[in-house]
Amino acid sequence: MVPISYYIILSAVLFGLGVIGFVFKRNIITIFMSIELMLNAVNLAFVAFSREFNQLDGLVFVFFVIVVAAAEAAVGLAIVMVIARNRKSLNVEDVNLLKF
Amino acid sequence: MSVPLLVFIACGALAILGAIGLILAREPVHSALSLILVMIALAVLYLLLGAAFIAAIQILVYGGAIMVLFVFVIMLLNAGEEVRTNLSHLARWAGIPLAVFFLLEVAYSMVREYGSRAAMAAGGSAAAPVPASTTELSLKLFTDFVLPFELTSILILIAVLGAIVLAKKES
Repeated sequence: MVPISYYIILSAVLFGLGVIGFVFKRNIITIFMSIELMLNAVNLAFVAFSREFNQLDGLVFVFFVIVVAAAEAAVGLAIVMVIARNRKSLNVEDVNLLKF
Repeated sequence: MSVPLLVFIACGALAILGAIGLILAREPVHSALSLILVMIALAVLYLLLGAAFIAAIQILVYGGAIMVLFVFVIMLLNAGEEVRTNLSHLARWAGIPLAVFFLLEVAYSMVREYGSRAAMAAGGSAAAPVPASTTELSLKLFTDFVLPFELTSILILIAVLGAIVLAKKES
């Protein structure tokens, strides 16, 4: 059996790559995909711990995370479409109305 | 080396390669395909962990519905190659040290936790984990978690309404 620490390390690496993508990418859609990558990394940690401690609650949480991710993707992509229509661009640096 | 470990290494490497591809690709469509690769590799890992139902909805909802939505929007908006910009000062002076610190912290806690677990397994009789069956999962979902489950239906309804309102052309 694979030790749980391997899964958690893989989850941390995937989450870190998601953060890097979130910070460094300039395309709104790709930034959004980085968020999905982070959610997937967290799901992996949930499933691994659920298996390790023999509890099903982690799997139920993964279920809810996936449901919320689906709802988030629907609303978020609609927002991306509105931004693209108004700004004629997908670059986040063109969306700077609230920028400090 | 046992078979599960080999499967884990293969799928973990695929997932990390896909995540790196997501970051390095310049075309959004290539990023989306890399993300689909990550999700399929994770679904295999869920199967390895004995969570068959989660693996199925990972492929159906994530790999299917959500990623199709992403690819659809990329096609609809005709998203081309992205423009690269320089690293901001905040990222250079605060972000990279913080990322290194985060990884070191995770590695430290993993090593410590793994050591204590190994000692515990050597001393006590840890019950062997059984694969989580879909029956048990659905029993839990429809008894203990029935209120959150019903609330997600309202959440999805609101999400559908919000998407329609946002995407509607202003008259």
